[in-house]
Amino acid sequence: MPAIDLDRIAELARIELTPDSAAAFRADLERVLALVDRLQAVDTTGVAPMSHPLDLPQRLREDAVTEPDQRDALLALAPAAENGLYLVPKVIE
Amino acid sequence: MNRTDWETVIGLEIHAQLTTRSKIFSGASTAFGAEPNRQACAIDVALPGTLPVLNRGAVERAIRLGLAIEAEIAERSVFARKNYFYPDLPKGYQISQYELPVVKNGTLTIQVGEGESAYEKTVRITRAHLEEDAGKSLHEDFHGMTGIDLNRAGTPLLEIVSEPDMRSAEEAVAYARALHTLVRWIGVCDGNMQEGSFRIDANVSVRPKGETRLGTRREIKNLNSFRFLQQAIDYEVRWQIETLEEGGTVQQATVLFDPERGETRVMRTKEDAHDYRYFPDPDLLPLVIDRAWIEEIRANLPELPQALRRRLVDEHGLTRYDANLLTASKELADYYLAAVAAAGQAIAKPCANWILGELAAKLNRAELDIGESPVRPEHIAALVQRVHDGTISHAGAKKVFEALWTGEGTDVDAIIEAQGLKQVSDESALEALVDAAIAGNPKSVEEFRAGKEKALNALVGQVMKASRGAANPQRVTELLRRKLTA
Repeated sequence: MPAIDLDRIAELARIELTPDSAAAFRADLERVLALVDRLQAVDTTGVAPMSHPLDLPQRLREDAVTEPDQRDALLALAPAAENGLYLVPKVIE
Repeated sequence: MNRTDWETVIGLEIHAQLTTRSKIFSGASTAFGAEPNRQACAIDVALPGTLPVLNRGAVERAIRLGLAIEAEIAERSVFARKNYFYPDLPKGYQISQYELPVVKNGTLTIQVGEGESAYEKTVRITRAHLEEDAGKSLHEDFHGMTGIDLNRAGTPLLEIVSEPDMRSAEEAVAYARALHTLVRWIGVCDGNMQEGSFRIDANVSVRPKGETRLGTRREIKNLNSFRFLQQAIDYEVRWQIETLEEGGTVQQATVLFDPERGETRVMRTKEDAHDYRYFPDPDLLPLVIDRAWIEEIRANLPELPQALRRRLVDEHGLTRYDANLLTASKELADYYLAAVAAAGQAIAKPCANWILGELAAKLNRAELDIGESPVRPEHIAALVQRVHDGTISHAGAKKVFEALWTGEGTDVDAIIEAQGLKQVSDESALEALVDAAIAGNPKSVEEFRAGKEKALNALVGQVMKASRGAANPQRVTELLRRKLTA
């Protein structure tokens, strides 16, 4: 089993770990990877990768504008909004 | 010291915004310029419990582009989640396509350069996939916070990825321009670069000539004009060569072009490259496209620029250069074809000359598009016909054109009549003038008879002067020649 870089995984998922929860997460992830290892052991030669559990094609929608403007109702759900904009903590990469 | 000859290698990724009315996964409008968040519905703002439903119009446009670049249209393609946390996509991922894109293995043939050194080149297109655009972050200060406008979130994009087949900035610009023409030609993208409808990322690397392995590339992000594309590549290539020649190494990185300073600067290096953790989106089933739909779309494709270009050279007798200019946009090509349809293919070339000469100059000066031209294709046709049949001279035609342009007249024959531009071609009317010119200029007559061809021009000039410009110079020349050699 490959070593688990817990800090990297937490960083990618934007989750902050406490020392206690880190140990629990590590144990959980190890169990998940063990499961994946068992799946990997199955010979899937010639089997097309499954991208969806339902064996159905995607239904398509006609190209028409059907959604009315609900800005005010949606903005009201946000923690902060101003001038019609959602406000979020400053993000500059 | 041995100087290395360097080869530039460029591949382009182009995001073309598709011309659908509604978004790729929601029924919100895609119209440009709305007030912030007026066109961001519950799906676009990622309200829990909402589900995406794929827009048929976006798929149809992807197929159109695929057919136009002679690519394979995947019978089955899959949407994937590209995970990243950024508030301009509130789901925490972008819906894109990864392993199974809708379009793959296409080609686009481009014309590079002008005149003698011009050449053709075929650029391979690896793939084109459907994805959603992100919203906009507004970084002006909102009490230390960032404002988010999600109107653009969910706008359908086709990301068109080329192979690293281009070997100079000039080739990259020619390819980008050809693709820009094509997407507008087939109506899948409006090509408006100021509004961000056509954005270019350039992957640039250099290697010693003869080397077959690729050098380390840097990706220049988000170029929104052909001029910036050219400048950014030129700078980047110079920088990479200098770095290598000074013994340094090029690190894989994403860079931004600063048009003010004319240089690229690093945005992020390989170490902090994103790990997008793509996986198939469980909210969307595989996209299945049947043959019949593809054939229906193929049947409705217009004649493509490359095929038309060939036809203009082979059948209309135009130069490759003129054919290129006339196929720069569908509107211009349609204008020219309408003129030729009215004038007859035999005089296609003068039609092209008028459109690319006089008309193009006027439109340019007035900053008008071909669609806004007050001079219509049938005017050009009538004008060219009247020159061709000798009714008016080229100088007269220019006066007619002027009258059409200013709106002083709308009928070519009526303008010719009103301005008295009709040439005198009637032999009996010209004969007296020709005889007078011969009688009054014995010296020129002598010279011509002695073999000096040029002397004939002087005599023609005399007749033209006597007719106050009304005589048909071609007829006058014929008549003079006949009389003097009789």
